[in-house]
Amino acid sequence: MSAKDTECSPDVTLAFYRRLYPFKSIFTWLNHQNPPTKLFTHREFAFTLLGDVYLRYNSFNNADDLKREVCRLNPTRFEVGPVYSARPRDKKTMRAATFTPLLRELVFDIDMTDYDEVRTCCTGKGICSRCWAFIAAAVKILDRILREDFDFKHLLWVYSGRRGIHCWISDQSALALSDDSRRAIVHYIEVIKGGKEMTKKVNVRLVHRNGSVGGLHPMLADSLSYLRTVFGELILKDQDCFEENKGWETLLELLPNKKINEKLRKQWEADLFRASDLKWQDLISEVSALGKDSAEQNLMMAALEDVVLQYTYPRIDSEVSKHRNHLLKAPFCVHPATGRVCVPIDPARVSDFDPEKVPTVGQLLRELDGVAAQNGEPHHSDWTKTSLKPYVDMLDQHVAKLMKVVREQNRAEAERQF
Amino acid sequence: MNSSKVAIKNSREKYPLRLNMYDRPPAQDVTLEEFETWAIDRLKVLSEIESSFVRNRTHDELKTVTTDQCRKYLPVDSNNAELQTREPQRKKDHVSHFILRLAFCRSEELRRRFVKAETTLFRVRYENSAPADREKFIEAHNVGGDTVDVQKDPALLKQLQKVAASAAHATLEKSYYKVPWTQVPDLVATRRVYLKGGFAYVPLSLQPNIIYQKFQQNLERALEQTAKALPRLDEDDRLVPILEHLSKGFVAGVSGEYRAGEGIDGEVTADMVDEIARKHFPMCMRSLHETLRADRHLKHAGRLQFTLFLKAMGVSVEEAIVFWRKGYGQSMTDDKFNKEYKYNIRHSYGLEGKRADYPAMNCQRIITQNGPGPGETHGCPFCHHSIDNLTSSLTSVYRITAQADLMEIQRAVKDGFYHVACTRVFEITHAERGVKKGEGLGAGESVAHPNKYVARSRELEKAAGMPSGAGDAMMVDEA
Repeated sequence: MSAKDTECSPDVTLAFYRRLYPFKSIFTWLNHQNPPTKLFTHREFAFTLLGDVYLRYNSFNNADDLKREVCRLNPTRFEVGPVYSARPRDKKTMRAATFTPLLRELVFDIDMTDYDEVRTCCTGKGICSRCWAFIAAAVKILDRILREDFDFKHLLWVYSGRRGIHCWISDQSALALSDDSRRAIVHYIEVIKGGKEMTKKVNVRLVHRNGSVGGLHPMLADSLSYLRTVFGELILKDQDCFEENKGWETLLELLPNKKINEKLRKQWEADLFRASDLKWQDLISEVSALGKDSAEQNLMMAALEDVVLQYTYPRIDSEVSKHRNHLLKAPFCVHPATGRVCVPIDPARVSDFDPEKVPTVGQLLRELDGVAAQNGEPHHSDWTKTSLKPYVDMLDQHVAKLMKVVREQNRAEAERQF
Repeated sequence: MNSSKVAIKNSREKYPLRLNMYDRPPAQDVTLEEFETWAIDRLKVLSEIESSFVRNRTHDELKTVTTDQCRKYLPVDSNNAELQTREPQRKKDHVSHFILRLAFCRSEELRRRFVKAETTLFRVRYENSAPADREKFIEAHNVGGDTVDVQKDPALLKQLQKVAASAAHATLEKSYYKVPWTQVPDLVATRRVYLKGGFAYVPLSLQPNIIYQKFQQNLERALEQTAKALPRLDEDDRLVPILEHLSKGFVAGVSGEYRAGEGIDGEVTADMVDEIARKHFPMCMRSLHETLRADRHLKHAGRLQFTLFLKAMGVSVEEAIVFWRKGYGQSMTDDKFNKEYKYNIRHSYGLEGKRADYPAMNCQRIITQNGPGPGETHGCPFCHHSIDNLTSSLTSVYRITAQADLMEIQRAVKDGFYHVACTRVFEITHAERGVKKGEGLGAGESVAHPNKYVARSRELEKAAGMPSGAGDAMMVDEA
């Protein structure tokens, strides 16, 4: 990547907003139909300007209005909030009690930093195609739960520009969810809990009085059967999480059987850097050696399942999803540090997604200059001639489905009245 | 609609059901005196319910207490009772509920508390009802959900068996009810039901949850409407003062809050924090303080918990800014600090944004809300740290080494009595000040607020006449 690509000077972002940003698609995505409704006009937009100036409670009449203001302010990024009971820009003239958030897409945010304790390839802000496997697994699991268990249909997955992914759910039933219901979904999904000081972060089982533990909820059992394969490939092979001392010590801490732990500790200390998959094999043979269906064995089996969950189950930033009035960066913004565009991702092909291949704003503008040199006049739909096109098309296909729902509703309503 | 059906069936009876959904306002006349006394009687019951929450009573304890209070102030007998007895009881129950709605719809906070207390009252009464009364109620309000014939669907049966094996109701139940999942968010949140295609499959034993949820959602919606209508009520000055009085009584009744300056005097400066931390902080704050010292940073939730705690301890906003600036040290530029962090500190002190004077978090809030995620260190160590890490900090930081003491604390933690564990730590570390086992923060009070812990600890030091800053035998820690 050349230095030019990550460059995000005001000139570059302005050119991006003017010539490339798909305002029309974003408008219909939020509005669900062509004539502007409250879904758009009462929607909050927040702008982050250069120098960390933060402007909240902006609202617009239509896509052109939004584009004009974005081009005037040239923000480093902008965020989308809820639909309020009135136009957000009129907030100051209202009584606080009458200005309330009503509707909002249900959103999820997965960030690679939450995986720092289970990934060995990068830390903090770093991300590589290897860590992306964690995100891919998380998307597979979340996408299935949200569609099958909750019956949501209109999910848009968007790369966050650096090290994470967002999910926007635009079903009408999702828009209308109360904060209580949002919290319930989060708790239903959330498995990894506890801070730095809590080693075992998966506590999803009922502990009976005699010390035995309960089974997994069907949702978790289904997730587990997929994650087992991820665990083998990603944790044992690729990340090799238990190769070094610190890694396998953590693993042993998660297991309840002191005797086995002692034995393995000795064995592994003698065989430094024994590969993770071999260590896992050692564990499995120890567990098989326990009496078949004995209480001890069942307890260990459950603990091993919990280990698989702890290393591979989605880690979501739960606060983002719980409240209607949480703001989230709009799709197609440019990440100021990487220069990459926050493009939609097809969940069916999320494993093939490579964050390093996402077009950067610099690259796109160069492509555009090439096109302009051929045709002369710059035009607002220039993005069709750049590598941004497949991503905008993806959003438009998503929007078409949303608009179809509204059209069918309107038709049914018209027939009813007729 | 359904209740009118019942009403027609027994047209002479105004209240055919023991339990009331409160979906229609009362239309009878009441005297001004009845208006006030009935409301106060109901308030007594609700206050007792609220204080049960604060005191962490179990549901069974709460049920006993509430049933007693109801018998005294707000009895509602079943249909076996004489009509002359039960009609006036039900009228009082009905009317008093609506009066309190008027008093408690004014702010979001009041609404939330009122809904919680009323829903609990409903739950207690429902549990105490005879099966016949319950069935009648479910039928009249059509709230039970649709029954599903599980035997016809082997795939579904298999999934329900899995849920049963993972939940407390261990075996498959006789009947299941299918409802949109938003009607039982609490069962979804705790994964106690099977979820498919947006529907929850609720077993018979959990069916009441559908009803409680419905009751709660109805009440929430109704209160919001009342709040909107209230300014137009334009009532004369007969009712408004009574309503004001009622809502104040509810607020004053129970309060787990802690206000700055309670019990200690004098401002605490930024420089004093380290020493007070060493000698007086409860474990949650000690852990935050040490993380800040070690990492030169705290994540957002930790900052909030710590800032509000310091504020309540008597650290002024100027001193707080000094404290945090020094705390972050070289890890952050002045520019970044002023831009991103100062605002939050001032916000916590009610000087920015909506200018609310946020109270310091009590233990209940620290334990139940917003637990720490990966990389975060806030919360309650007794609840959110693993036993091993907890034990090692008890030994290294609080110098608790006696096995018996450690075992006792661990047992309390395992049983989920985090405040008991914390109180025990207080007693052990203050034994030198004459605090005996079981005495807690004085007169057996257990720790319910980190600021009370600090205040009591500092008070004991003062009473012992030891000048602040002198060497202290209680906790020798050269950190």
